[in-house]
Amino acid sequence: MIWDQILDWFNPMIEFLVQAAKIVEKYWPMLLRGAGMTLFVSILGTIFGTVIGFIIGTIRTIPLAERGFKRGILKIINAILSAYVEFFRGTPMIVQASVIYYGSLMALGIDMDRTFAAVFIVSINTGAYMTEIIRGGIISIDKGQFEAAHAIGMNHTKTMFHVILPQVMRNILPALGNEFVINIKDTSVLNVIAVTELFFQTKSIAGNTFKYFETYFVTCLMYLAMTLIVTRILRHVERKMDGPDSFNIIPGNQMQVAKPEDLLKKK
Amino acid sequence: MEKVIDVQHLSKSFGENEILKDIDFSVGKGEVVCIIGASGSGKSTLLRCINLLEKPSGGQILYNGENILDDHHNIYAYRTKLGMVFQQFNLFNNHNVLKNCTIGQIKVLKRSKEEAEKVALKYLKVVGMDQYINAKPRQLSGGQKQRVAIARALSMEPDVMLFDEPTSALDPEMVGEVLTVMKELAKSGLTMLIVTHEMQFAGEVSNRIVFMDKGVIAEEGSPEQIFNAPKQERTKEFLKRVLK
Ligand SMILES: Nc1ncnc2c1ncn2[C@@H]1O[C@H](COP(=O)(O)OP(=O)(O)OP(=O)(O)O)[C@@H](O)[C@H]1O
Ligand SMILES: [Mg+2]
Repeated sequence: MIWDQILDWFNPMIEFLVQAAKIVEKYWPMLLRGAGMTLFVSILGTIFGTVIGFIIGTIRTIPLAERGFKRGILKIINAILSAYVEFFRGTPMIVQASVIYYGSLMALGIDMDRTFAAVFIVSINTGAYMTEIIRGGIISIDKGQFEAAHAIGMNHTKTMFHVILPQVMRNILPALGNEFVINIKDTSVLNVIAVTELFFQTKSIAGNTFKYFETYFVTCLMYLAMTLIVTRILRHVERKMDGPDSFNIIPGNQMQVAKPEDLLKKK
Repeated sequence: MEKVIDVQHLSKSFGENEILKDIDFSVGKGEVVCIIGASGSGKSTLLRCINLLEKPSGGQILYNGENILDDHHNIYAYRTKLGMVFQQFNLFNNHNVLKNCTIGQIKVLKRSKEEAEKVALKYLKVVGMDQYINAKPRQLSGGQKQRVAIARALSMEPDVMLFDEPTSALDPEMVGEVLTVMKELAKSGLTMLIVTHEMQFAGEVSNRIVFMDKGVIAEEGSPEQIFNAPKQERTKEFLKRVLK
């Protein structure tokens, strides 16, 4: 009596899971390819976006010369770069994707490879955000780090490469992870230009099977799995970059002192 | 005596504020000169003008007779000739102790890694920090950081060492270890220009003391003369305040 009732309760749920499992069974290659495309576009987009961010963020923090030609050029470049940042931060990526893809197709007659277009759009979009994150990261580094580098004769470029940017890289890692996770989710908007990422594949599967709930449920779990894994990996990288909490004291022995790197290896 | 640094009519303004006014002074080879004076009198600004961390507003700075404020002068090469030690240590946070002492040698002086490490270890030994080459700055005490900062500057093998209140950010029990290192350096014949509030130390190490007040050099002389027989009224007042 009571068992029947409980079964009545659970039946739809079990039925749902069975249907979801069937979809996975039948369509897993498509789903996996979609997830693969999503990861491919978001990884490349995040990497290129970070590179763009480092380049532009660094240019935007070059100290202005007091006068002269260089100052004028730098001012113009800065104006262009800040227009870029404002534009891509101030418009939705789904609209940018449509404008760039269909724009280049119709106005310029260029039929962009869709995957290329996807990576391109995610990269410049991420670049706009990373530029501000990295500019903030550079500004927040203690002035003393710049001065110490200048005091031993480093010019601005050397100072940035060997002292400032490595510290910025470490400091922005959490923000970078955040961008990556956002990209994994937001690449779903690229279905407007028919990039075969996970959301696009899901839509086709759902359209074929009419099992909308089950299909999107599976996809939901796949997105969650991707973002969780990526977050864990980045945490690990952060800890790696911090190095060990303790250090080895090197006994004052001539032989060992001469070869510090050997001691490091033994650890 | 051969002048290494010769400052002539140096002035420096921040906006409307004239912080340094017509400063004339020099440091001879092998000399140890201490700059003393009240807070805000312009001691740090003077030191920072000398290695061009601040751009002087007027006057000349001659290094071995050459005016380094000439437009064509290579300020990066010039800075390698001056070692700077900051109040806040400013060790490179992303590098360990050894790398702090080698990076300038490798990237600026273009020494090989092996040579740079040999030089770095030599000076880390001088400051008693050769056992800590693997440590990151955040793992060191203030006194240890400052000794590494001194080794970093020495590793560039500069002609002159500039110290801007190297012990002011330290807990009292760590002041001694840094001053001991500096006394050793002074004895070794290194040319040093030191801004300090440690009067006893200044008296012990220096050949000459420069007293600054409100952006001018109010008085300079041997430690005996400045501490025992100051000529200027404001020197007397300052010493009365800090020595009691
Ligand atoms: N970048 C700056 N902009 C404006 N004013 C400045 C700047 N740097 C220093 N000053 C001013 O210059 C004056 C002298 O400063 P400086 O740091 O040289 O003094 P100091 O003698 O080293 O003092 P302390 O013993 O406290 O270190 C101070 O009044 C300070 O406010
Ligand atoms: Mg000062």
